[in-house]
Amino acid sequence: MISLSDFLIVSAGLFCIGLFVTLTKRNAIQILIGIELMLNAAILNLIAFGKYDRFTNSGQTFALFAIVLAAATTAVALAIILNVYKKYKTIDPDKTDQLKD
Amino acid sequence: MTMVQAMFYLMGFITLASGLFIAISKNLVRSVFMFFVTLMALAGLYVLALADFIAITQIVVYVGGILVLIVFAFMLSGRETLANLQQQQSKFIRIKKLPAILLAVLFFIVMINVLFKTNFDGLPWIQQAIAQKNTIGTNDAMIGNIGVGLMTHYLLPFEAISILLMMALVGAAHISRKEKGI
Repeated sequence: MISLSDFLIVSAGLFCIGLFVTLTKRNAIQILIGIELMLNAAILNLIAFGKYDRFTNSGQTFALFAIVLAAATTAVALAIILNVYKKYKTIDPDKTDQLKD
Repeated sequence: MTMVQAMFYLMGFITLASGLFIAISKNLVRSVFMFFVTLMALAGLYVLALADFIAITQIVVYVGGILVLIVFAFMLSGRETLANLQQQQSKFIRIKKLPAILLAVLFFIVMINVLFKTNFDGLPWIQQAIAQKNTIGTNDAMIGNIGVGLMTHYLLPFEAISILLMMALVGAAHISRKEKGI
């Protein structure tokens, strides 16, 4: 069978890729994708550990909660991005630097 | 090498490679579709970790919901995004990216170091779970167990998350509505 640390290595790599995407991209949608990658790495960890909890299923249940939370986050974030685009005509986070118009 | 291990290495490789493609690619459309591939490969990894219900939920919620939302937002935010992306191919960008590369690689090294020093397979609670036959086997169907758990043991977090989801959706609808006269 696959050992636990194999899952953890894949998850660590995915988290670092998500971190890199979040830091370098200059487009709000791609930054959102980076955050989703990091969330998915965390969910993979939850599931890999959840294999050792058969009776209460805590790992898998909280992985479900995390997926639902990610969906809610994305809905709100995309609404904000669309509003920012309506106001500034760009979604580059470096250029949207004014609170007043 | 067994079949399961081969599948695991294939899925892990696809996940990391498509993730790297998202990080490197300059084309927004390609990176969105590569994100789709990453999510599918992750669902495969969840199946290999014996969490089939989570894998299906991942496909339904992420691929069916979040990815469609992202594609919508990308299309609604127009041509300027694409025009910006075409201009990014100067040399300065790479120098600007250096701190981010450094941060990500160092963080990865720290995490791998911790991982190899801890020896997760020998943790006391995992050894105890193996001794008590508390691990999920390949023939177990966990969906019924998860459903009963959601209605009994995890009822409070379930209700809390349902209220939060409703608040988030109402808030998103409120933010994105058309404002009049303000």
